[in-house]
Amino acid sequence: MTSGLDHVELRQGQYHDSVTLMQASRTVSATAGVREALIAMATALNVELAQGMGFQVPQAAAAQLLIAVRADDQAGLDAALSALTAALSTRSASRGTSGAAGAEDPRPATTAAALEDSDAALALISVPGPYAAIEAFDAVAAGRNVMIFSDGVTVEDEVALKHAGRAAGVLVMGPDCGTAIVSGIALGFANVVRRGPVGIVAASGTGAQQISSLLETAGVGVSHLLGLGGRDLSAQVGGLGAELALLALDADPDSELIVLVSKPPDPEVTQRLQTLTDGLSTPVQFALLGPRQPDLTQAVESVLAAVGTTVPTWPVVGRPQHAGQVAQLHGYFAGGTLAAEALLLADELAPISTNLGPGAVPAAQALSGGPHVVVDFGEDELTRGRAHPMIDPSLRLDQIARLTESADGDLVLLLDVVLGYGAEPDPAQSLVPALRTAAQRMADRGHELNVVLSLCGTDADPQSWQCQAVALSDAGALVFASNAQAARHAVVLARGAIPALTPR
Amino acid sequence: MTRPLGALLAHPLSVVTAGVDLFPEALRSQGAIVETVDWRPPAFGAPEDLAAVAADRRRVSANRTATERILAAGADLVDVRSAADALDLDRDLFLHAGPPIEFGNASGPLRGALIGAAMFEGLAADPDEAVAMLESGRIRLDPCHHHRAVGPMAGVTTASMWVSELRDPVNGGTAYCSLNEGLGKVLRYGAYSTEVIDRLRWMGEVLGPLLAAALIRSGPIDIKSILAQMLQMGDEGHNRNRAGSLMFLRDLAPTIAEAGAPADQVADVLRFLGGNEHFFLNYGMPAAKLALDAARDIPGCSVVVAMARNGTEFGIQTSGTGDAWFTGPAQTPEGLFLGGYGPQDANPDIGDSSIMETLGVGGFSMAAAPAIVRFVGGTVPDALATTRRMFRITVTENPAYAIPVLEFRGAPTGIDVLSVARTGILPQINTGMAGRVAGTGQVGAGLVKPPQECFEKALVALAALARS
Repeated sequence: MTSGLDHVELRQGQYHDSVTLMQASRTVSATAGVREALIAMATALNVELAQGMGFQVPQAAAAQLLIAVRADDQAGLDAALSALTAALSTRSASRGTSGAAGAEDPRPATTAAALEDSDAALALISVPGPYAAIEAFDAVAAGRNVMIFSDGVTVEDEVALKHAGRAAGVLVMGPDCGTAIVSGIALGFANVVRRGPVGIVAASGTGAQQISSLLETAGVGVSHLLGLGGRDLSAQVGGLGAELALLALDADPDSELIVLVSKPPDPEVTQRLQTLTDGLSTPVQFALLGPRQPDLTQAVESVLAAVGTTVPTWPVVGRPQHAGQVAQLHGYFAGGTLAAEALLLADELAPISTNLGPGAVPAAQALSGGPHVVVDFGEDELTRGRAHPMIDPSLRLDQIARLTESADGDLVLLLDVVLGYGAEPDPAQSLVPALRTAAQRMADRGHELNVVLSLCGTDADPQSWQCQAVALSDAGALVFASNAQAARHAVVLARGAIPALTPR
Repeated sequence: MTRPLGALLAHPLSVVTAGVDLFPEALRSQGAIVETVDWRPPAFGAPEDLAAVAADRRRVSANRTATERILAAGADLVDVRSAADALDLDRDLFLHAGPPIEFGNASGPLRGALIGAAMFEGLAADPDEAVAMLESGRIRLDPCHHHRAVGPMAGVTTASMWVSELRDPVNGGTAYCSLNEGLGKVLRYGAYSTEVIDRLRWMGEVLGPLLAAALIRSGPIDIKSILAQMLQMGDEGHNRNRAGSLMFLRDLAPTIAEAGAPADQVADVLRFLGGNEHFFLNYGMPAAKLALDAARDIPGCSVVVAMARNGTEFGIQTSGTGDAWFTGPAQTPEGLFLGGYGPQDANPDIGDSSIMETLGVGGFSMAAAPAIVRFVGGTVPDALATTRRMFRITVTENPAYAIPVLEFRGAPTGIDVLSVARTGILPQINTGMAGRVAGTGQVGAGLVKPPQECFEKALVALAALARS
């Protein structure tokens, strides 16, 4: 046996009490590759002890920390010294309890403080918008993923957060990220869907809900649904979140196929993501809204084909509607992406008065325009100081009343209702009487009212798709599970054509 | 390789939530592990300023660098000599505690100390002449902090006074502090009677030279090590320095005896040291100054590197904002009073000694000093709660300064301006109280906090730099 490698060191300015040092000695001695160790203040007694162990100790003062280690080799010594560093810097294990005297540590007041004592992989921030970035930076600095539900975060802060997130290897979901499903657990607004092979990356909340709900309807489950916030694929943000989320799902063994869904993205960002996804081992289906692009339902159908599932007949509930008269289309949406999809599909009716997209005008102006109108009631301008229309339907109900009181011709009313966690517990409860009143008013004045309803959700949702569909169809609406189908149907009605379709 | 995004996609999901209560409830009902933040809107600061500082990409690593330097810093007492020598101080330049101040704005204790110093230096024959010289600017004023020095209470340090020199062997800094005069009628509390001036003379003629000679024989004294040990002996290093002072006496007494001075001088010096339980404060302070100076001038760093008061204003400096002082009106401490004194006799907060809290000891480590809490008008549970509260505004813990009753948790170290703004928790300072009237001396001891204004201004400055 060789004589081993001796290391003797005196450290200045490091005082530790003897108990701490005895514990450190024990830890270091127990490290693999270490034969003997003495860690102690360099008092005469301790120096003598070290010499007794065969160490050569230089002239020492009692205020110095003596470190004497005998290791098998350099590797053992390195291990010993890092074990020592850890032993002397370990925070007390008893944080949070007070030992002898009284009160517990107070609950953490910041995300940083909470994460210090937690190994949570995700922070979910829903504090008021102006403060959300501050909490989110805490999470990124602590190397944790963060979902920012809050809106009102500046795009500059979003870009800074996402850059910092990328540097730290963590995902920044949001701001204004309302929807996510991680390992089957819904965060924010999300539908109850089974677990399965499809991963979803979404710069769109209701777009992701539409896709996951249709997949569920077709019997295909979701591995994870990672929301990014609606601006992620804009030129300013540049798809920073999408990039990281795609890479993570590519590496995720549960995700066999990925869908990327977004409101109309920046073309250069799309191109960059296309290049990225070409290099992934997991196939990626794009569901990026835009002119001449597949709609969300078609994107889902491509996914179903890719996973070898038959495309079902998407559910439609209600009595067939027969128009034949040219009518005004009024599309009032709670879901921004559902509104954007409808607007694209109604292109043949242009011009359309809207608060969305390139020809957008303020909502109030859009609503008083015509003949055709598509308005997103979830837009910032309309949600300031009130809850989102998925929670509080009153603004949209008021507008339906106003419209049907004054309309001077036939109307097609296209509405969405989004179900799932976070949404109104029973949307039909307020919508059904509103629709009955509207129909009565229109009939009184000799006008036709056709209500087309895009109902996004699943039978497993707390509100149950089937129950809501039956209640709403009883009020005269024709209810579609596919938003694209609903929009197309409404357009045909508005053109005065006879729609071809077989409700179930 | 670990999976991307940490353990995000691994089951079970564990989440920290900040904001609406709906989310933790919904998550728990689905079986996720949830911890909640007791979130409140920030106590002060414009949201865009808070976000700018939070977003500053340099901040996290800058704050880590700052606290690493603070933790690593050592403090060896290496020399005792005159301030003229050590600080290259002209006789007409008087150093004082706290941020810069003009004589016209000085409170009683600082006025008294400046008057006494002018007479001690032989620049003025009587108080009236001293005032005239100070008012006319023939005697110039400058903060101790601008000269790598610190001074307790009025902190007045002039050319003929003797100062200790401390060196940081790790970061390479140097810091200075006057010798402690003891309690009662002393210059640092604004007294300037003959008794006070005579004691200062003796300190320059006998005490200083003998300490210097003893130090040559003993070699440097490790002040940091004494500071660490006294925290385990009931001292907190600001208002209670009893164990530290005795350990210092223990370390230096043999070589004081050997230094060759007449026996009566040796006896006087030992009696003086043994009778002054705050003697060590004037070593703790420059030790803290060394550590905090090592953390200065790190771009993007939001850690406080000085808190100091001149009796009129409280000022703070942060690492990321250079030499700028952020000031507000000094508060009057609350606590207990000596003899017949009462709150009306107390001067607003004064002294550089809050450098101890800036380091993480003093009021920050109140839990270590149950023996002192009643003196400053508190209870033992208050002391524990105070230290726990300070962890919420500091970047890290200093394992060298371990607090036994908190299971040897390290002192809360590295005050972060952003954390102060977000929590509204202001640093807790333990302090002596000077009499309002010059020459009164100490009237009590108690607790005090900086005005929030200091931190408001620092935040605005840090935000402006973060944006630039």
